[in-house]
Amino acid sequence: MSTGAAEEITLTKAGSATDGGPDTGPAGAAGPAAASPPARDSRTVRRLGPRRRLGLGRPVPYGWALGPLLLLALWAAGSATGLIDARNLSAPWTVVTTAGDLIADGRLQSNLATSAQRAALGLLFGVLAGLFLALVSGLSRIAEGVIDGPVQIKRAIPSLALIPLLILWFGIGESMKVITIALGVFVPVYIHTHNGLRTIDNRYVELAETVGLSRTAFLRHVVLPGALPGFLLGMRFAVTGAWLALVVVEQVNATSGIGYMMELARTYGQTDIIIVGLVVYGLLGLLSDALVRLVERRTLSWRRTLAG
Amino acid sequence: MATHAGGLTADHPAATVRIRSLVRSFGDRNVLDGLDLDLGAGEFVALLGRSGSGKSTLLRALAGLDHDVTGTGELGAPDPVAVVFQDARLLPWKRVLDNVVLGLDGPDPVARGRAALAEVGLAGREKTWPVELSGGEQQRVSLARSLVREPGLLLADEPFGALDALTRIRMHVLLRRLCARHRPAVLLVTHDVDEAIVLADRVVVLAKGRIGADIPVDLPAPRAHGSAAYATLRERLLEELGVDPTAQEESAV
Repeated sequence: MSTGAAEEITLTKAGSATDGGPDTGPAGAAGPAAASPPARDSRTVRRLGPRRRLGLGRPVPYGWALGPLLLLALWAAGSATGLIDARNLSAPWTVVTTAGDLIADGRLQSNLATSAQRAALGLLFGVLAGLFLALVSGLSRIAEGVIDGPVQIKRAIPSLALIPLLILWFGIGESMKVITIALGVFVPVYIHTHNGLRTIDNRYVELAETVGLSRTAFLRHVVLPGALPGFLLGMRFAVTGAWLALVVVEQVNATSGIGYMMELARTYGQTDIIIVGLVVYGLLGLLSDALVRLVERRTLSWRRTLAG
Repeated sequence: MATHAGGLTADHPAATVRIRSLVRSFGDRNVLDGLDLDLGAGEFVALLGRSGSGKSTLLRALAGLDHDVTGTGELGAPDPVAVVFQDARLLPWKRVLDNVVLGLDGPDPVARGRAALAEVGLAGREKTWPVELSGGEQQRVSLARSLVREPGLLLADEPFGALDALTRIRMHVLLRRLCARHRPAVLLVTHDVDEAIVLADRVVVLAKGRIGADIPVDLPAPRAHGSAAYATLRERLLEELGVDPTAQEESAV
């Protein structure tokens, strides 16, 4: 025990001495004679060192991948040992080869194209409607009275609960699907844009008045940039919501699309195809969210300096 | 109803701002109660008053910002009126130059904006975001935004209240210089007696909803704190504000 402590002290001493002058001998040369006085030094140094950290440390590189990789490992291990029945859940490698096959015969691409088109159209109409309604109701008290109530009521009704009615009105074709998605999308866009508008600091409105901005200039220089953070937050909910609504409309009644592909696979018990569909949905959601965040970073660069 | 008419007045040709019998009420209370005040063209007037005396109410009335306030009276002010707020009030999503030229009409606003920024010592910072500036620099941008409009009246609502003492002294010098060049009438609301004496041609004290005292500042520049005339004026103003100067000195020690 005591020799260990002496060694440690000697090393500390040698380490600090090397900084001072190059002519100092190797660590051993300092000898036990020098060990006694530096002992206090090293202890003082240690006491002045940083406190025990209670907060989180620096981020782990690729830390976000830990959980998914662990899941994948468990899945692979379960499939390899036979603990997971292939009829319930296909092995990861089966899913990969199935995905390869689906791509090779073009089924994945054509279904994905159909799904993407539906989501994009629904998103487009939903975002336009939400943005327009939010601007109108955000800028006029009367319009707010007319618009805000119905939107809040719509918010309380899940879009998916409207599907039976929408089928009666629009049939089971593409327009019903696009409308269902648009109805799910416009609510978050409206809510967050409207909120962004209404939380624009009144001081900026006063400023706009004192510099004599016209109504249009006020809209362009104060209202729209002020509501942009809210709108983009709404967009993040909207893109995720679009994919969610897509899943449902494609599994209710469709003859193409990722959801249809999965629904068909269910009837034949092909869990590998179902997993491929799930992975595709997940990737689409992640990608579109990342895209919106990229736009957020670009357009809100005036805030980035605040965030550090 | 709050009135906000432009143009000069007939009976006081030198006055560019003319306020007669101005009343502004919040509930039952008349914050401004028959206030009269004239400002000459290019005159620098400091408005002192205890907190709650209606300084900001008067300033907001002159700025035309008192939308939901009830009141009567005659209000004549030149056009344009520029306002410097206590916070610099820069739009955070616009770069410095875009903030300066916000709503600016006339030929080549960008060149005029650049010139105004150079005047306040911020040449080369045109593309900076407001959050990247210090408090003093932000207030300089705000000054540039006001002066680039060549206002007939500059209203300032405790513009240096949020700045540290050293920055405030620098800003005083800058404001004096800018006002000497652009010659707007200035109404500076402040609670700082020294700031009022150092900057203004005339100090008015608001009390009971009217101008309680109207005192010209006849001190030679530079107005040093040490001079006897300065000390007398300071004491007089503190008295008008209801502060016993001797008591204050004791508490300061």
